[in-house]
Amino acid sequence: MPKDGGIGASTKRREDIRFLTGNGNYTDDINLRGQAYVHFLRSDVAHGRLNKVDTGDAEGMPGVLRIFTGKDFEGVGGLPCGWQVTDRFGEVMQEPGHPVLAQGKVRHVGDPIAAVVAETYAQARDAAEAIVLDIEELPAVVDMKAALKEGAPKVHDELKSNLCYDWGFVEENKAAVDEAFAKAAHVTTLELVNQRLVANPMEPRVAVGDFNRSTGDSTLYTTSQNPHVIRLLMGAFVLGIPEHKLRVVAPDVGGGFGSKIFHYAEEAFCTFAAKALNRPVKWTCSRSEAFMTDAHGRDHVTKIELALDKDNNFIAIRTDTHANMGAYLSTFAPSVPTWLHGTLMAGNYKTPLIYVNVKAVFTNTVPVDAYRGAGRPEATFQLERVIDKAARELGVDPIALRRQNFITEFPYATPVAVEYDTGDYHATMDKLEEIADFKGFAARRKASEAKGRLRGLGINCYIEACGIAPSNLVGQLGARAGLYESATVRVNATGGLVVMTGSHSHGQGHETSFAQVVAEMIGIDASMVEIVHGDTANTPMGMGTYGSRSIAVGGSAMVRATEKIINKAKRIAAHLMEASEADIELKDGQFSVAGTDKSVAWGDVTLAAYVPHNYPLAEVEPGLEETAFYDPSNFTYPAGAYACEVEVDPETGRVTIERFAAADDFGNIINPMIVSGQVHGGIGQGIGQALLESCVYDENGQLQTGSYMDYAMPRADDVPFYRVDHSCQTPCTHNPLGVKGCGEAGAIGSPPAVVNAVIDALQSVGKNVTHIDMPLSPSRVWQAMQG
Amino acid sequence: MYAFDIERPATIADAIKALGSGETQALGGGQTLIPTLKQRLAAPERLVCLSGIKEMQGICTADDGALCIGGGTTHATVAAGAGAYPALAALAGHIGDPAVRNRGTIGGSLANNDPSACYPAAALGSGAVVITSNREIAADDFFQGMFTTALEDGEIITEVRFPVPEKASYQKFEQPASRFALVGVFVAKYGTGVRVAVTGASEGGVFRWSEAEAALSSNFAPGALKGLALSADGMISDLHGSGAYRAHLAGVMTRRAVAAAG
Repeated sequence: MPKDGGIGASTKRREDIRFLTGNGNYTDDINLRGQAYVHFLRSDVAHGRLNKVDTGDAEGMPGVLRIFTGKDFEGVGGLPCGWQVTDRFGEVMQEPGHPVLAQGKVRHVGDPIAAVVAETYAQARDAAEAIVLDIEELPAVVDMKAALKEGAPKVHDELKSNLCYDWGFVEENKAAVDEAFAKAAHVTTLELVNQRLVANPMEPRVAVGDFNRSTGDSTLYTTSQNPHVIRLLMGAFVLGIPEHKLRVVAPDVGGGFGSKIFHYAEEAFCTFAAKALNRPVKWTCSRSEAFMTDAHGRDHVTKIELALDKDNNFIAIRTDTHANMGAYLSTFAPSVPTWLHGTLMAGNYKTPLIYVNVKAVFTNTVPVDAYRGAGRPEATFQLERVIDKAARELGVDPIALRRQNFITEFPYATPVAVEYDTGDYHATMDKLEEIADFKGFAARRKASEAKGRLRGLGINCYIEACGIAPSNLVGQLGARAGLYESATVRVNATGGLVVMTGSHSHGQGHETSFAQVVAEMIGIDASMVEIVHGDTANTPMGMGTYGSRSIAVGGSAMVRATEKIINKAKRIAAHLMEASEADIELKDGQFSVAGTDKSVAWGDVTLAAYVPHNYPLAEVEPGLEETAFYDPSNFTYPAGAYACEVEVDPETGRVTIERFAAADDFGNIINPMIVSGQVHGGIGQGIGQALLESCVYDENGQLQTGSYMDYAMPRADDVPFYRVDHSCQTPCTHNPLGVKGCGEAGAIGSPPAVVNAVIDALQSVGKNVTHIDMPLSPSRVWQAMQG
Repeated sequence: MYAFDIERPATIADAIKALGSGETQALGGGQTLIPTLKQRLAAPERLVCLSGIKEMQGICTADDGALCIGGGTTHATVAAGAGAYPALAALAGHIGDPAVRNRGTIGGSLANNDPSACYPAAALGSGAVVITSNREIAADDFFQGMFTTALEDGEIITEVRFPVPEKASYQKFEQPASRFALVGVFVAKYGTGVRVAVTGASEGGVFRWSEAEAALSSNFAPGALKGLALSADGMISDLHGSGAYRAHLAGVMTRRAVAAAG
């Protein structure tokens, strides 16, 4: 049994006490003296030429302090893109400007045109209604394939076309892949849509800009997953404020799921306006605004082909994907359909030849960027659906077909540029067969039939790449940032510790699990360790939390910093006990001299570090504070196998999830309860994508799903109790904790299982349905059954 | 939301007086009106809040056995207190979520006549009488199309009288996002015949399915509906389902309602 508060213990989340008692400190809880409020006047057309923005009447409205338009941001930088993709012909992607407020044109419904700052929010909103706009509406491009046609309206007049890039991966393999298809015994083809989603974190975005006239310092309070990244991007690329004059604070954040990684116009605006007006300026996003301004996720249209030999071995995969970028390039948008998607197309299988083509397209829609899983759910969905389809076409068991093609030897270099360090895919599949009770399925199907329902069983595997990322590698791939992580461990005189991490917790429970690691390493109670995050003024430069990287990268930095602390403490302990440093052992918070009964407590050593009366001052500095930066040498590769059982009501098409099981390999586990929680949440979002969620634009670029009346979020009664297991553990070989990351697995691994289950249910009664695009809403399933 | 004044009358008479002057709007439970105001899609100068009027609250039984529900009675109160009409109580108990049921009122719902709301199906399916501040209106005359009713300006629903049927059931197929009725069917069997009211489906709002009523009046069994189908013409077609799907669902929900009514 692990010690409570140590590694492996399901320690209850300490942060939940403040969240559950209403004592969290979210950005909207921050109200500064003299604060003014901004309301953004946003475009209600998808595409238009902005002939005139007449603010004359509005400026005289009660309470108005100033109205800003695109003109005020001429000479100010645009919102930067953090990743440059090079296309299959060696050309860099087309990269349009992204002004803070629209200049010349509006390019999606929700594009900000003017910003009214007033004494109250209602006054700002009233004045915004008095602004007179002259917009010449232009034809909108919404459909990606139509956007690429000759003569299609251009989202950005200055670009050659609406094509951002045409990426081929691995381009050198293309001819060999085509050759393999030509000689394949069987080819399975599937065309599918991975639909556009809206992240919908519980807390909408908020930004409060502040300017201190006496110091000349700017501060931005914002709902961010990575305050240092916002400081870097906004300071260096938009507003020209050096880091030492700019502080970014992301306090308690109520969920992000990727949508709070990116640097948004409203953040830059509030920081800019606070200085211009010499008053704090606050923006609180409404839910309606969130639907049309938060970066959306997914939105791929894909054709995938799988080639098999006569023995059902996978010999090649070829994919053709159109990926929607929306109207502008959001911060990491170009990386999602490329390096976070193409590199995962091998999945869990030893397919020797793979070619991925991705055309990224500009349209008059909200920008699309990373959303829980980011590229990996898209890869997993198409691969696991096409394998299931192949199994049905070949009349073989879908599990057997997968097992036959599993990678079994590690490390394994895939044909798509990554090397899996460890894994055991048979083990997770074995575990899945056990926890999902496949043996009992036939009886359960019979029971469903008796109720007039069709029961289906769907399974899939997944692999993902977490712990982004080795900086030198991603630099070669076009990243304009490093992706290390940092930690400072500050030990106080009486023995308590503060760990300042560059990671950011917005629901993940870092304050609990990170403390467990440090407590275990030193052998002290976890209550002696405090985790601090979210403020650039008191944390070392770090890249934040996304891509399931926090424990693998941020946790590793923390381990390195703690190791430095322990090494130094041992030197001090050696001095105190007049022993050789090499003989000092640390156990349960006691330093002892090996082979003797001499010992000093952790607190004695920390006190000596700060009250260095009896101290080796000539050799060791006083104090006990260390910083480490950790840059991983590889990604980590969590993997698993998921199973879903559904019932379909054949009369209405309604699908209900009856059972769901997940067997994951996350390597070593710090807090099993938190890991289960992450998997539960991820599966909930995956089921949301599979059955409910869809962001829909009409042909004019009007958002048809702009509220919860039409955008279906999963509710508690849409999901069953899950069976999750993470006892299969092949520890990561290249980070000190042997951890892999668990934040996105559920969202990546669950959609194909759900769809495979529904197809199984329909085919069980002879319906020739081979695919239904998500979400599998009742009307879509019913429609498919009519064919 | 724009600024507005609000009045809180304590009697029906005071409410009518308040509604008679200027640009006013009655506020029931606010489950539609408040979101509309928040979106700035309506700008009444003055709201007249009906929730403080005691004489419009509560449930009782009339001498003829009809269940009388005050226009200001919340869905939660009906769910808990309309045991004499179980199908109606069940319908009320499945509107929205607890927050909606604790604020939303029967009068507000009927006056709004949302084409996807549940209560219009109950009122029409039961042949209820809508009692207003100055008259009685039969349900058959009350609903006049999507968001349109026989109510005149300044007229409020003070009570709804439901004849209690021998058997009844409401079957709702929920729209996945809003969980309003994508299609809801209320079936009620009275000594005088069977009534079938369909909500959620038609561009004309709630309607009676007369062919089904005739078939069920002679044989109150799911099998009696065999061969009957509604046309997709005039059915709502949107993101959540085509007109043909809604027409089909109306048939399924009707059969299920008959089966559930027993």
